[in-house]
Amino acid sequence: MRPLQPVSPGARIALGVSFFVLFFAVWAVFTLGGYVSKTFLADPITMVRSGYELLVNQGFIKDIGMTVWRVLGGFAIAALLAVPLGVMMGAYKPVEAFFEPFVSFARYLPASAFIPLLILWAGIGEAQKLSVIFIGSFFQLVLMIAVSVGNTRRDLVEAAYTLGAADRGIVVRVLLPSAAPEIAETLRMVLGWAWTYVIVAELIGASSGIGHMITDSQALLATDQIIFGIIVIGVFGLVTDLAFKALNRKLFPWAQLGR
Amino acid sequence: MTSSSPPILTVTQLSKTFAATKGPGTVALQATDLAVAENDFITILGPSGCGKSTLLRMVAGLDTPSSGSIVLDGKPIAGPGADRGMVFQSYTLFPWLSILQNVCFGLREKGLALDAQLDIAHQFIKKVGLQGFENHFPKQLSGGMQQRTALARALANNPRILLMDEPFGALDHQTRELMQELLQGIWEAEQKTVLFVTHDIDEAIFMGSRVVVMSARPGRIKCDVAVPLAHPRHYSVKTTPVFTELKARLTEEIRVEVHRAAGLQAPAA
Repeated sequence: MRPLQPVSPGARIALGVSFFVLFFAVWAVFTLGGYVSKTFLADPITMVRSGYELLVNQGFIKDIGMTVWRVLGGFAIAALLAVPLGVMMGAYKPVEAFFEPFVSFARYLPASAFIPLLILWAGIGEAQKLSVIFIGSFFQLVLMIAVSVGNTRRDLVEAAYTLGAADRGIVVRVLLPSAAPEIAETLRMVLGWAWTYVIVAELIGASSGIGHMITDSQALLATDQIIFGIIVIGVFGLVTDLAFKALNRKLFPWAQLGR
Repeated sequence: MTSSSPPILTVTQLSKTFAATKGPGTVALQATDLAVAENDFITILGPSGCGKSTLLRMVAGLDTPSSGSIVLDGKPIAGPGADRGMVFQSYTLFPWLSILQNVCFGLREKGLALDAQLDIAHQFIKKVGLQGFENHFPKQLSGGMQQRTALARALANNPRILLMDEPFGALDHQTRELMQELLQGIWEAEQKTVLFVTHDIDEAIFMGSRVVVMSARPGRIKCDVAVPLAHPRHYSVKTTPVFTELKARLTEEIRVEVHRAAGLQAPAA
């Protein structure tokens, strides 16, 4: 093992999977071996059993569906508005000077702290859930996208000017494509955070969703169900992340070169 | 070799001072005059920091002069434009575009139909010897090949004047000589007006029909020397007496400037 030396793809997968195995093994030893009380932590086997029960008999699939659509819906709205604004801010400095201070301030406002207000304004329906995700992701997206666009290599912009590009051409044909891989990477990262916000929103006021199931299970001290719910979130996060990564690699092959 | 045709580019009393946060600022270029005739190949030779790149960037419209004027074809320059193509020292191909798309960039910006774009692009890719690499990304090419693409991209736009800012400065010695011959050949065939900035004396003589020598900070034109070497120039001219005499003279001119820039006493001749 030497610094920065790459591993083979096979070894990479084997190493990644082995930590999951280790994690479950330690968990199983502690719970099945009787070192931890069942009241506080369910063992993996019980967890899988009640997970199956949840999915087959208690309509947990519907909860998962609700949560997924909330995340994607809220995130899509945030992204649709944040990408154009971020690009404008990155490209045009007066626009940046106008929005940047407020956006920087707003991104430190914790989305979860807005939940009581949002319940007051929007009730406990879907609008409230989407709003929480929007507040949590929009401002972060705007700032990071503006920075990516603003960091475009100046010499590429100059080269485009000497090739006769006008300002619009610079934005559309230089700044945007140059920043696109980083924008996609930002979207991937913030989508991960959106998963956290949706669960928080569902924990506080909801009648469906993974978060709602978790609060219900808390009343019954059903740690097996809570853990199953958390793991489902983790699996969905991992799958969307891998899908996003694969998509980015496919869309921007040039950005992978020379890494 | 004084050209009788009227100049297409006229630089008059051009100067550039970069503002400093405190104090009077840095004078990069003192009032400078330069006239460039059609199809002339002028090399601008000087030590680093003599303002030669600043001069070129102002002609390109990328920097604004502090005073003076630049007139191309009777029209004052007010910003960058497709009539002044540029090849930079750094690799400035768009990394997200293929070689072919890079060469098409300016043509597409002009609004040419795709067929016409591809037609012109293929011609110039052939001229710089990069057939077969049309669909490669810039990062898959060597430095010399990337600069050849940059040259094709600038030429495809058919600019009135081609500006080259130490285009081969980042290349190894052998590749650089190859590029010099390639550019020499293209210039002889295409008849372009070229302003070529370099700090390499051999390159300045081999490439130029005129060598403009600049003094160290603050930059100004020190002398303007015609290169009496016939075209087509073969690589072997670098060993002829005419070449070596001129090289000896320019070496002396530059040496004084380098010493001055370094704050040293002028060396005894």
